[in-house]
Amino acid sequence: MHKSFIFHNPSVLWFLLALALFTMAVTVLSEAFGVGLVSTSFVKTLGKTLCLCLIAIAMDVVWGYCGILSLGHFAFFGTGGYAIGMWLMYARTEGIVAASLEGQAIPPTPQEISDAIGTQIFGVVGSSEFPAIWAFADSLVLQLLMVVLVPGLLALVFGWLAFRSRVTGVYLSILTQAMTLALSLYLFQNDSGLRGNNGLSGLQNIPGFEDTSQATISMVFFLVSAIALAAGYVLFAWVMSGKMGSVVQGIRDNEARVRFLGYHVESYKLFVFTLTAVIAGIAGALYYPQAGIINPAEIAPIASIYLAVWVAIGGRGRLYGAVIGAAFVSLLSSWFTGGGAPAINLGFYTIQWTDWWLVLLGVSFVCVTLFFPKGIGGLFDYLVRKPS
Amino acid sequence: MSTLLEVSGVSVTFDGFRAINNLSIQIAEPELRAVIGPNGAGKTTFMDIVTGKTRPDEGQVVWGEKNISLLGMSESQIANAGIGRKFQKPTVFEDQSVRQNLAMALKNPRGPFSVLRHRKTADGAAKIEAIADEIGLTDHLTRSAGELSHGQKQWLEIGMLLAQDPRLLLVDEPAAGMTAQEREKTTDILKRAAETRAVVVVEHDMEFVRRLECKVTVLHEGSVLAEGSLDHVTKDQSVIDVYLGRSDA
Amino acid sequence: MHAIREAVLLLSLLCLSVMPAYAQSDAPLQTILQTHADEVAKPGRRSVSVVLDDLDASGLPNVLPFLEAWQEKRIWQREADGVFFLAEEDDDDLNLRDIDTGAEDTALKDGFSQVKPNGGVRRVIATALVKFQLTDPDLDRRSTAVAAIARRPDANQLEPLLASVDREVDAALKARKVQLANFLSARFADSTEDRIAAIESLSSDTSIEARAVLNQILETTSGVAAERPDVNIARILTPGTDLSVADAYAQLVDAELAPAATPSTVIRAALEANITNGSVAGIPTAELDNDAARERAYAALATDGLVPPLVTSSEQSKAADAAVFYEAYKEKDAAITDVAARVLEEVEARVAFAQTVDLGLDALSLASIYFLAAIGLAITFGVMGVINMAHGEFIMMGAYTGYVIQLFVPDYTLSILIALPTAFAITFAAGVTMERLVIRHLYHRPLETLLATFGISIALQQLAKNIFGTQARPLTSPAWLDGAWVISDVIQISYIRIAIFVLALIFLVLILYVLKRTRLGLEVRAVTQNPGMAASMGINPDKINMLTFGLGSGIAGIAGVAIGLYAKVTSEMGADYIVQSFMTVVVGGVGNVWGTLAGASLIGFLQKGIEWFNPSNTLAAQTYMVLFIILFIQFRPKGIVALKGRAAAD
Repeated sequence: MHKSFIFHNPSVLWFLLALALFTMAVTVLSEAFGVGLVSTSFVKTLGKTLCLCLIAIAMDVVWGYCGILSLGHFAFFGTGGYAIGMWLMYARTEGIVAASLEGQAIPPTPQEISDAIGTQIFGVVGSSEFPAIWAFADSLVLQLLMVVLVPGLLALVFGWLAFRSRVTGVYLSILTQAMTLALSLYLFQNDSGLRGNNGLSGLQNIPGFEDTSQATISMVFFLVSAIALAAGYVLFAWVMSGKMGSVVQGIRDNEARVRFLGYHVESYKLFVFTLTAVIAGIAGALYYPQAGIINPAEIAPIASIYLAVWVAIGGRGRLYGAVIGAAFVSLLSSWFTGGGAPAINLGFYTIQWTDWWLVLLGVSFVCVTLFFPKGIGGLFDYLVRKPS
Repeated sequence: MSTLLEVSGVSVTFDGFRAINNLSIQIAEPELRAVIGPNGAGKTTFMDIVTGKTRPDEGQVVWGEKNISLLGMSESQIANAGIGRKFQKPTVFEDQSVRQNLAMALKNPRGPFSVLRHRKTADGAAKIEAIADEIGLTDHLTRSAGELSHGQKQWLEIGMLLAQDPRLLLVDEPAAGMTAQEREKTTDILKRAAETRAVVVVEHDMEFVRRLECKVTVLHEGSVLAEGSLDHVTKDQSVIDVYLGRSDA
Repeated sequence: MHAIREAVLLLSLLCLSVMPAYAQSDAPLQTILQTHADEVAKPGRRSVSVVLDDLDASGLPNVLPFLEAWQEKRIWQREADGVFFLAEEDDDDLNLRDIDTGAEDTALKDGFSQVKPNGGVRRVIATALVKFQLTDPDLDRRSTAVAAIARRPDANQLEPLLASVDREVDAALKARKVQLANFLSARFADSTEDRIAAIESLSSDTSIEARAVLNQILETTSGVAAERPDVNIARILTPGTDLSVADAYAQLVDAELAPAATPSTVIRAALEANITNGSVAGIPTAELDNDAARERAYAALATDGLVPPLVTSSEQSKAADAAVFYEAYKEKDAAITDVAARVLEEVEARVAFAQTVDLGLDALSLASIYFLAAIGLAITFGVMGVINMAHGEFIMMGAYTGYVIQLFVPDYTLSILIALPTAFAITFAAGVTMERLVIRHLYHRPLETLLATFGISIALQQLAKNIFGTQARPLTSPAWLDGAWVISDVIQISYIRIAIFVLALIFLVLILYVLKRTRLGLEVRAVTQNPGMAASMGINPDKINMLTFGLGSGIAGIAGVAIGLYAKVTSEMGADYIVQSFMTVVVGGVGNVWGTLAGASLIGFLQKGIEWFNPSNTLAAQTYMVLFIILFIQFRPKGIVALKGRAAAD
């Protein structure tokens, strides 16, 4: 990384500053480390939002910079979440099982321990045996490696297949959608080895920290998410700043031209697709311990389309736009659907926002696409440039 | 003067329509060559075949001293072997500056990881300056390419080809939409480029071709109709029949 | 006074009715019954046959109602003189009917006792009844009797059934009787030759009944023995491959051929029960955290006689290997089971063929649905390069249109006829509106069109939810579309699916006609192939785009009505079809009706095919389906029917 890179990119500096201020403010106001104005559940919401911002910048890189409208990045987010969820669930169940076997006259055999854990975890899908994919679940280090490897490999294989046959445009979008659909359908099966539609649950309980309050755990996750977002932002800003950025944006604007300049376009796409998938996986691995549960519905095609919606509303091709879009829309969405927004009484009809929020979102999304193709971030550009 | 590119007996069919029919052309190095012909004569398809965009049904395309077959190589491999191509429509990266456009084209390792590690060098900057000077865009290096005039975009694209430092340059209608003055400058750039390398120009405009003062190949219905100086081919009766006779040029 | 007079009258009446029945010779049935009075009143399985034989021989017409009543415990005997009556209980009274004359009467229950044949006797009576019922002059009763035999086939029924065949006048029933007689003789005929002949004759019968007969003949029981037993063995099971060693050993234990196994739980319990001073048989409990140590401790306990001896897993498998596990036919005659097995195999081959045909029909109807759902999408995608994510919601709109119309027009046939054009009109209008307001401004930005239409899609979906609620709404098909066209036991297809197939066919022809034979089609094709050139030739691409979009949306509306007829109408029904529709278009190839047809067929047949391989798991089927499509696109990125040439290269 160039030493001077950050200083050549004032927007990166501004972003880091804003993020730092926000993080500090939340810390000071939190229940765990501060005056307690911000509730633990809201800290969780904010922490999750930061993770969504992280996957949103990944989406922005792959779509806004490279021109690949992936409708499947939540598959990587989800696999990252599942990878960490497996360890969380295994380690926690192991603790519970060990405690319950403690009092027995004869110490348990490894097989008995494993059977007991298996029954605890897979009893809900009528099984007690560990599927092969749980082979590393007892090791945090290996499962953390899986957080990176599984989404990375999935993206590498899928991307290699798709890009080498030169599938582009809407075809590619549909294909990525098919990928995430196939994955979620697979995970919905009881014999998928990941508890079917029950998913993995109890993820908010961190093994080894049973005595730590949720307030503290949430704050720690919030801070880690903020650091991850900052790191991801700097990483993407750096990758997209240099010649790499030139080539990638060139591919977006005119793929054939880049190809005739001698660049192997497919490798670049694969690089961007895989890198963003890995970051999406990391974002998911941070998100789901805060959400507490992951199930196959999380990676249904609709989730990835919403991701595209956030990035479009925030403004493509600028990383802070993606952050703004993801934060703005997802927080607004939970405000509206959570009943936070006051109902509007029209006399003959009362608008309940839980019913009408999606209509509003859909219509405003159409308007953004039509009238503000650069999104909220574009508005930002306009304001910043105006004085000059 | 040695043969750089040899196209022999190439045919290609689209849905029963023979776009290229047993075409054979040799290009030497250095050489300036103009390829002319009416619409549908197969000029663009010829370029597509050489640059790897279209695979011929039969025939050979052989490249360089080592007689490497270009068939079966990908577009980027062919470009890296030393063939640059300019499209009919000016295709530059409009959102990026002229300098970025040229920097992207500069001859450097093309893999994603070497590009990621790439740093700006004084040598590279000097090359960009030199090319900008050659195409007359020195004053516009920091402007975004989208703001350039049509002619300037064409020159920028030619500049990008030169930055690639290819041995063979395929140029599709460089003068389209240019003013007379701009054409003259384009002619100069191409002629200078052809002093050290092979340049193939596909053109409609007879005036422009005349000014290039080079060997001319006339294509008709996918094969070579005549070859030689412009004066020679324009006297050829078959050329007059199929091309000049029907053309308003 | 009054009461006494009544009682006297009653008594005299009773006497009057008794006397003739007992004495007169015009009561032939009563006479026979009185001959065997004891057997009738307290029948035993053996003794009853004498009565039945006599009754049968008498040929009296009222034997049948008597037998039925006897079987159903409706016969009462007057205790005073032993005369039998048909009787119905009515509180404390009995409504009596004379067995021969049918003369009716009422009496107090006290003087009568009910004849209650036991279960065994009732079955014998039933069998005898069958004979009468099978030859009953009433066709309905004969059919009922035949159906009863089919429900509960029994060896005794064979003879009366065969006997009744010749006298049967109804052709259909006669055929059924012959078939049933065949089934019965396959299982119960006395001679092996007869049975084999009957079994052989079943080889062309693919009905479930015939297969059940064969399967019953081939019924097996599993067993285990030290040596190969002398029974009709169906197959020998090898422990470890055909059944698990643990199961095999458990069978051995059940057959008392081996001592009880000591599974790990038993070992554990035994060890826990024998802890002394923190150790078991001298081994400290802390060391008992592995199976080897536990077995050692247990073995030590066994040596001391505290627990049964340890049967290790290697001993178990040795014992299992030494024994013979087998499945034996219940039928002892190997000749019969051999023939039956061969015939069953033949029948199953026929059934498999029929199932393939049935599967093909299923796949065809699924393909029709996909075609209907996708063709509108394909048209807009092909002509305008626009992916309409709201296409599914147009399907939904069509279905809801049908639902609303049915609220006002109760006649289902009429309402569907109104719904089809109305749905087309509404979705056509919606499509044109959307094109004018949104899509038009996003040409050449296909990805953004995709997203904008997605926005419309979520808004429409939520709107439908707000208007119609979340529960599914019915769209009822007309009565003449209920039921199925049954070709055989295996091959059948519901009329509604046939109707959808026909609808798809009509649309295929209609669309082909519009595209190939009309001015509009010519212009559409021109715009598809070269919009610039088309515009310069005086075609207004704007108008064509609008009409095309309206057409595509309108067809979606009609597809919605069709889909709504067999699936539930919900606000999410569009979302269920949109991905499949995309796949259909992408697999088929863009801008070509035949491509969509090919795509729909491929996907429909493939999905049914995968479901057939793995019928229990439709999710897995869908997963493999999508994976297949992803791979398919690798090899044919432009779909099955790809446009070739320069137009396709860009």
